[in-house]
Amino acid sequence: MGWQLIRLYAILVYGFMFLPVAVVVLLSFNDSQFGAFPMTGFSLRWFEALWNNDAIMRAFRTSIMLGLLTAVISTTLGVLASLALVRYSIPGRNLITTMLIAPILVPEVVLAVALLLFLNFLGIGKSFTLLLFGHVIFTLPFVILVVQARLVGIRRDVEEAALSLGASPRQTFFSITLPLLMPAVAAGALFAFTISFDDITGTLFWKPGGVETVPTQIFAMLRHSISPEINALGTVMIVLTVGLPLLGAALARRMAMKRGG
Amino acid sequence: MSIEAREARQPWILLSPALTAVTLLLFVPLMFIVVYSFWLRSAVGADTMGFHIDNWQRALTDPFYRYILWNTLKIAAITTVLCALLGYPAAYFIARSRGNKLVLLVLLMLPFWISYIIRTMSWINILGTSGALNSALMSLGITSEPIRMLYNEYTVILGLVHFLLPFMVLNVFVSLDGIDTNLEDAANSLGATKWQAFTEVTLPLSLPGLAAGALLCFVLAAGTYITPLILGGPRDAMFANLVYEAIITQLNWPMGSALSLLLLFVLGLLVLVYNRYLGMSQLTKGLG
Repeated sequence: MGWQLIRLYAILVYGFMFLPVAVVVLLSFNDSQFGAFPMTGFSLRWFEALWNNDAIMRAFRTSIMLGLLTAVISTTLGVLASLALVRYSIPGRNLITTMLIAPILVPEVVLAVALLLFLNFLGIGKSFTLLLFGHVIFTLPFVILVVQARLVGIRRDVEEAALSLGASPRQTFFSITLPLLMPAVAAGALFAFTISFDDITGTLFWKPGGVETVPTQIFAMLRHSISPEINALGTVMIVLTVGLPLLGAALARRMAMKRGG
Repeated sequence: MSIEAREARQPWILLSPALTAVTLLLFVPLMFIVVYSFWLRSAVGADTMGFHIDNWQRALTDPFYRYILWNTLKIAAITTVLCALLGYPAAYFIARSRGNKLVLLVLLMLPFWISYIIRTMSWINILGTSGALNSALMSLGITSEPIRMLYNEYTVILGLVHFLLPFMVLNVFVSLDGIDTNLEDAANSLGATKWQAFTEVTLPLSLPGLAAGALLCFVLAAGTYITPLILGGPRDAMFANLVYEAIITQLNWPMGSALSLLLLFVLGLLVLVYNRYLGMSQLTKGLG
């Protein structure tokens, strides 16, 4: 009896989490011109409108560019730091970890203000550069946490075997360590990209006037009214941020299975 | 250089880019706004440097700021309690289910990957005057006029709970999943009822996870300004909205510095208390 009750409760919680998202997707296919109920018919016109909306497409390009650059920089910094933390015994390890995680312990608004004021003082005002710096520092802790967790699972003796068989440290890194590291690198990069792509709290502080990322564009559109285009945009974002990682995970699994079998 | 010395230097070479980044992009900027908060805003031109306590005096004594700070902590606390009430049983269900736990967990974490702004905005589709709920009520004939449900403190809390629930579920799940189920069976065989076994064994053992989830929910809720802007009315500002107003709208950067530091101190105090009793490691467990 008790278990049935917990199950019912859990199903309701799942419903609570998914209902709003389902409504967004449903409404994005609605033919009605008000972007609201009742549903008047199935239509792709809002996706078409999205495609023809210059402001949104520009925001998309900005977000993707920013996300990619953030992912590259943040993953590079994060992987190097994680290697040091997992592979070596270094004095003050806990302190260093706390320092590297600090950007997510500080409320994002505070981080946003501090970075804006300091870099502005140094002559870097609101700009793409500031956005990039902000996104890198904000995503770095997530990359480090994810990559560290994956690194622990890689056995050291494979590298030692390569070294003892005469490979140079450089050869060992590129032909042994890096391939083994790839899943961790990919996970870190994906995490950084998704967080950067989704960020709005810091972005609103850092972005120069006239430049919009997808979330700030949605935010600006919301100020007027909720148009059906926003729902279509929401559906695209859901596919991008949920579909792609899931697809990536599935592909990685297939590749791993092929290699294994 | 000897091999040992090179070996000893290597981790620092690997760490230096990341450490430089957090130093230059976080720690130095934080120290900088401490200094900045003592400057004064000038009507024209650059802010006046110096040591003026005016901003701090206002931040700490202005009744409006104090009211907003209090209100922010209240909203964050209610959000946290609701997340715990909704999240704990769900996490328990996942941890003790005989089905595929990973799929159940990933399913509940999916919304976590969906854009925060989309999830927040989606409530307008449900609760708005032409939203799902109002159309349902009207087509059932329960009301003839749409009911105004949006843009108040309740919808702000609703949006925050929806945003933060995955953090709670994940943390509680991690700690529940680590508990040996034999302990509950042992309690049962020693004569405890199922409920007793839960309250005496499982619940206390899972408290670290619950505390970590609660801390995350509270800190993230108390630092938000987007949710109140989208789902709140004009009177539902939270403390981070004051910071946003000062920095972006009024361009009063010295005041904005003081306000953001105040927020940092209040939330930092909470993190320190938590760290003192439970340690930081529990917090990072959930992400691994």
